[in-house]
Amino acid sequence: MRHIISILLENEAGALSRVSGLFSARAFNIESLTVAATEDSSLSRMTIVSSGSDSVIEQITKQLNKLIDVVKVVDLSEAPHIERELMLVKVRATGKDREEMKRVADIFRGRIVDITDSTYVIELTGDCSKLDAFLDVIEKSLVLETVRTGVCGIGRGDRILKV
Amino acid sequence: MQLTGAEIVVKCLQEEKVEYVFGYPGGSVLYIYDEFFKQDKFKHVLVRHEQAAVHAADAYSRSSKKVGVCLVTSGPGVTNAVTGIATANMDSIPLVIISGQVPTHYIGQDAFQECDTVGITRPCVKHNFLVKDVKDLAVTIKKAFYIAQSGRPGPVLVDIPKDITTHSCEFEYPKTIAMRSYTPHVKCHSGQVKKALQLILEAKRPMLYTGGGVILSDAANQLIKLAHSLGFPVTNTLMGLGGYPATDKQFVGMLGMHGTYEANMAMHHCDVLVAIGARFDDRVIGNPADFGSISRKIIHIDIDPSSIAKRVDVDVPIVGHLPEVLGELQAAFDEQKAKPDAAALAAWWKQINEWRGKNSLKYKQGKEIIMPQYVIEKLYEVTGGEAFVTSDVGQHQMWAAQYYKFDKPRRWINSGGLGTMGVGLPYAMGVRFANPEATVACVTGEASIQMNIQELSTAKQFRLPIKVINLNNRYLGMVRQWQEMFHGNRHAESYVNALPDFVKLAEAYGHVGMQINRPADVEPALREAFGKYKNEFVFMDFITDQTANVYPMIAAGKGLSDMVLAEDL
Repeated sequence: MRHIISILLENEAGALSRVSGLFSARAFNIESLTVAATEDSSLSRMTIVSSGSDSVIEQITKQLNKLIDVVKVVDLSEAPHIERELMLVKVRATGKDREEMKRVADIFRGRIVDITDSTYVIELTGDCSKLDAFLDVIEKSLVLETVRTGVCGIGRGDRILKV
Repeated sequence: MQLTGAEIVVKCLQEEKVEYVFGYPGGSVLYIYDEFFKQDKFKHVLVRHEQAAVHAADAYSRSSKKVGVCLVTSGPGVTNAVTGIATANMDSIPLVIISGQVPTHYIGQDAFQECDTVGITRPCVKHNFLVKDVKDLAVTIKKAFYIAQSGRPGPVLVDIPKDITTHSCEFEYPKTIAMRSYTPHVKCHSGQVKKALQLILEAKRPMLYTGGGVILSDAANQLIKLAHSLGFPVTNTLMGLGGYPATDKQFVGMLGMHGTYEANMAMHHCDVLVAIGARFDDRVIGNPADFGSISRKIIHIDIDPSSIAKRVDVDVPIVGHLPEVLGELQAAFDEQKAKPDAAALAAWWKQINEWRGKNSLKYKQGKEIIMPQYVIEKLYEVTGGEAFVTSDVGQHQMWAAQYYKFDKPRRWINSGGLGTMGVGLPYAMGVRFANPEATVACVTGEASIQMNIQELSTAKQFRLPIKVINLNNRYLGMVRQWQEMFHGNRHAESYVNALPDFVKLAEAYGHVGMQINRPADVEPALREAFGKYKNEFVFMDFITDQTANVYPMIAAGKGLSDMVLAEDL
């Protein structure tokens, strides 16, 4: 099953490679990984999307907790949470496709953030499945480039991951 | 007080009451070595290869519980040390490794003797640091010692660029350390202890299975007391030998791939298993699916939560420091009136004693050729079971584990997890530094010993009266055994050709050398080595049976009840 694991870790050089090294060394899977400093600059927040059986996910969280630089680990997908990913898509936008592309972007609440006489760059946020759905809907041959940030997530309501 | 980085390193080691630093100098650590030269609070042991420095520090720790300390230079100094570090990491041994690094402004420039030390060692340490500012040096070393020996212990590396050792700052050694991201000490959950006790009292076929954690946490006394109160059978893993006295009647021997018939059968057929500081390694339980084919309740006690439910599902997990958990379990047991089911336990012991009757470790010693098992049995007799025994890796390691009965913890020193050939001699050195009066035997083979043979020189320099028991069968014995069993008896590269004359080799290094060819000479030779040559380093080259195999054996991937016994062949 797919899990979203949130990690608070010391904002130290090499902390990221400790986490990514753990995943490769123990043959855990990473679908996406995002990391940035938090409002407290001594801490980084990392979000990893992984999949595996319950016992694999249990091992992942235990092994993450064992890393000396890791302060806290939470499996966000255990309870209600919000998940978001940002995608930028550069598409060919000429002739009749120009109008159609704008229309589909609007339906998905996307924004066109760069425009030339032959291309758009569309910015889209949402959960993974929404971004996937957008790519499914538009004509494949028109897609020039896509870039996705990977998932970040946060618990709903009173669930707070903080030191 | 303003001190240079090099002076700070020395002060920190003194503050940690370090006795010995095992190491090898080189360009990046010259300022540190210069400060070593100016002090006499701790001693430096100059090895002949950095790998041996780490192994020696490792065994120093295994045999004393103190933290082992090494110092190596940048680049090849570090890469040579990696095998030693990985060995210690797999067996959870507390070490602090200080490595030199090229000056900070050279890092990343492919400088002479530069390597990415923190990157190379990251997967085989508990933690590592690169010190980028001399002001961080003292606190980093303090953290290294703290992390190495707390929680589940392990090696910690501190990489110090050369310019940092010349920069100065105010020195103050922190008295305590607190890290928000590392809080290793957890109090065990009393509710879980009660649940465990309930299962223990209901058991019909109970079993205590204990590992290296008992040794590392000094929990042997608590284990013995609990086992005696319960009357349950006890088995030890390879790493756990000595954690429970091998001569005790409740001891059923080592379990696992080369464990006794009774230990493996009892492990397989028990209905309540108490795992204490052990991790259900593949060499211990074989195939987890086969192990799980019989239903049993498992209580798993360990300091490291990630060891629990890693290879087998567990009914009652207890995370905690073993002496505390076992103490609490004992107190809970003493408090209540119920006792284990005596009738069921008697029936269980009857079954175990039947399995014992197989005498799975029996072998035949003839008049002509020395059997390796016989050498170990005689070693046990001659040393009165009181020696510290180190081993290398292979058949001789298994025979030492099977036939030398360890009654005390920290006496059996071997590389269980990584299985590193070449550890035996440097291990024996480390043991002797930690225990200056001890009898130290290194059980090895003609292949393993050659992997760190250069340390014969270190042993001479420091006058270490180690006895090397070389079981020389002219084969990579364990490889040959597997080739015989699983590869159509094709001995691909397992014959050891062009062996040196070990007697002359020992003598060339200034030691006593002996070659023993006949069974009748085994005991007299051992008595001479441990008697007349008590204070000498003696290299004993025993020419043993080339065909001897280690039994019982469970093939890799097979189940515990699927043992091959010597008599089956």
